[in-house]
Amino acid sequence: MPSFVIAEKCDGCKGGDKTACMYICPNDLMVLDPNAMKAYNQEPDQCWECFSCVKICPTQAIEVRGYSDFVPLGSSVMPMLGTEDVMWTCKFRNGLIKRFKFPIRTTPEGAANAYPDLKGKDLDSELLSTEEADGTTLKTPIAIA
Amino acid sequence: MALPNKPLGELKAVRDPEVEEREVDILIVGGGMAASGTAFEIKKWAGDDVKILLCDKAAMERSGAVAQGLSAINTYIGENTADDYVRMVRNDLMGIVREDLIFDLGSHIDDSVHLFEEWGLPIWKKTDDNKNLDGKKGQKLGTLKGGAKPVRTGKWQIMINGESYKRIVAEAAKLALGEDNILERVFIVELLLDANKENQVAGAVGFSVRENKIYIIKCKTMMVACGGAVNIYQPRSVGEGKGRAWYPVWNAGSTYTMCMKVGAELTMMENRFTPARFKDGYGPVGAWFLLFKAKALNGLGENYAASDAAKAELAKYAPYGTAAVTPTCLRNHLMLFEMKAGRGPIEMDTVSALAELGKTMNKKELKHLESEAWEDFLDMTCGQANLWCATNTEPEKKNSEIMPTEPYLLGSHSGCCGLWASGPDFDWVPDSYKIKADNGKIYNRMLTVNGLFTAGDGVGGSGHKFSSGSHAEGRIAAKSMVRYVRDHADFTPALSQTKEELVDMVYKPVRLYLDNCEYTTAEDINPEYIKPAGMALRLMKATHEYGAGTATYYQTSSRSLEVVMDLLATMREDCEKLAAGDVHELMRCWEIEHRIWTVEAHLRHIQYRKETRYPGFYYQADYPGQDDENWFAFVNSKYDTKAGAWDVFKRDYIKIIPD
Repeated sequence: MPSFVIAEKCDGCKGGDKTACMYICPNDLMVLDPNAMKAYNQEPDQCWECFSCVKICPTQAIEVRGYSDFVPLGSSVMPMLGTEDVMWTCKFRNGLIKRFKFPIRTTPEGAANAYPDLKGKDLDSELLSTEEADGTTLKTPIAIA
Repeated sequence: MALPNKPLGELKAVRDPEVEEREVDILIVGGGMAASGTAFEIKKWAGDDVKILLCDKAAMERSGAVAQGLSAINTYIGENTADDYVRMVRNDLMGIVREDLIFDLGSHIDDSVHLFEEWGLPIWKKTDDNKNLDGKKGQKLGTLKGGAKPVRTGKWQIMINGESYKRIVAEAAKLALGEDNILERVFIVELLLDANKENQVAGAVGFSVRENKIYIIKCKTMMVACGGAVNIYQPRSVGEGKGRAWYPVWNAGSTYTMCMKVGAELTMMENRFTPARFKDGYGPVGAWFLLFKAKALNGLGENYAASDAAKAELAKYAPYGTAAVTPTCLRNHLMLFEMKAGRGPIEMDTVSALAELGKTMNKKELKHLESEAWEDFLDMTCGQANLWCATNTEPEKKNSEIMPTEPYLLGSHSGCCGLWASGPDFDWVPDSYKIKADNGKIYNRMLTVNGLFTAGDGVGGSGHKFSSGSHAEGRIAAKSMVRYVRDHADFTPALSQTKEELVDMVYKPVRLYLDNCEYTTAEDINPEYIKPAGMALRLMKATHEYGAGTATYYQTSSRSLEVVMDLLATMREDCEKLAAGDVHELMRCWEIEHRIWTVEAHLRHIQYRKETRYPGFYYQADYPGQDDENWFAFVNSKYDTKAGAWDVFKRDYIKIIPD
């Protein structure tokens, strides 16, 4: 299901040093044509349809069209990624539309606790840093204890 | 369309790239779940004077197998014991596993899951009256760490709202390690040994896929965690659809190849995974079987897995086949048994399953159930949801076909190929599972090369780690690596190759392209070189036909293996003539190089193991069935780069946890 870029909607993320889709694509597929200032998928048969580019595009210029070798035309699946939820609109070939909303995270973006001040004490034990801080004891197999 | 003699990519490759040389104490190669675990943990132990660098081929926010998200965490120990976790993994992988590594992982895995929840990953909760709440509503019941109950599908799996799973985990990893210590879009392609100290890793070389620039990085210790191997066998879809791999299409076997090429010992490379998934879209089936209690039907509409014939077939593979939970490979075997007998195709009976569940539900609950079914796809395999839309498939009205995929190599899911890693230095761990470093000490998860570590898909003999286990294992290795650096304070890495030699090696495909591309009028067709896209198809055709691919229902033979070895040898020769006109294509050149070596390791192991240990994943026609008397052992291998020779051998399996 390769991603495609709608020419009219893409502004090449102008003003930035790279486009959002180029930044995010895990397989290095999205590139910018600097003359047209439009992004495109340079290798559609290596697209995993992960929707990372669709979700991150600031102008909603990217969608996906099902793989031509087995997906009939006429459907679409579109996410709208918020800060707490994702909204999906699933359009069937026969016109039926289903909408779903799912939570994506319970903390504000950027607020993941990286425990920046936590320093482990005993480097020679096999306890991980947060386990050591919690006072966890190391397990031994019950069967041979 | 590119014009003739113009490379396709936007970033043209130049003959002489810029070179940046760095020296750090600890190098982390990879950015997925395992490497994110390492990145989170490492500074908790390393002093401020320890220099650390992470290189990811992509952007950590969406790299690795969890890039798209996940709808479940497949391993959370919770109320179970790590002993039982070992028993489950052992049975699923037909008996031969590293019980020390699995137990060790099982002891730490929940700590990572608790962190994920604290960082913001929504985890479903069970109410006292047995209702399921999603990860947002379930917050009122507290956290897993605080004692709240997860929603179990099977004994080990818990449901999550995991669209942003990787973004959350990467965020914590990046914050912990610091942006200044991370290089994204840098593809490490070869590891480098020390010039003075034998069998000691000393660095790595790679290049940017964003500019013409090579990185030469010296280090004292290194984590290599770049996932498994995908697109090594011809996929069932060969056009645009070959991107719709079940595992991430960008996993190129880099972990195995790079470590193997510096002499690290491989283990159980014969093991593979050919998951049965929804046909073509490769959507997950776990929730359908476990949460919705759906049955798989053969073409005659029979629940074939419950038939007497199936039971008789499974009895041939006792004790694994007769265990309470049928191993994954044998479930595949039963499916293939039906298909080969002409009783295909196989369908997931979603209609009956949802109707049955709906009997006790009100309208609102039914709506919620439908939403759960769709979320299972939308959280981790969006394309399967689109396939349902395109084929007008509402699961409550129309069943969907399931089918085993093309083979994948991995060590973290229901497979266990990978590298031979040291277990922890506990009394209960057998000595033969401990790898002694140059100083006589044991470093958990270190490989047979001093200073070299792996985690996740890289560690062999211990499957069923999945996302949470890969993260925990990355953390375990992180601590060992800091210990290694402390104990080797006087070691200064030195490379035996010069800067020029390394640049020549990495940019060879670019130079070959530039030297020859003017000779023909179409740049892709030139007798002096081959493009990586063509080589990728050549590899997949060879494995498909001779290496137990889908073409032969996963069957190979001794003669077929000899044929494919010859084909691989020629491919390796032709890899000397890979050509890249742009930097993206250079990445593809190195990926195919990594894939070919990984496949060779896989097939050499199959060739050596003269039995069929994993029916349903592959069949060696000359040695059908299991031969416990001769083959209840690990098959390991080591490649000697200087001599160009493989050594394949057995290592003893030791049972630690009784049945």
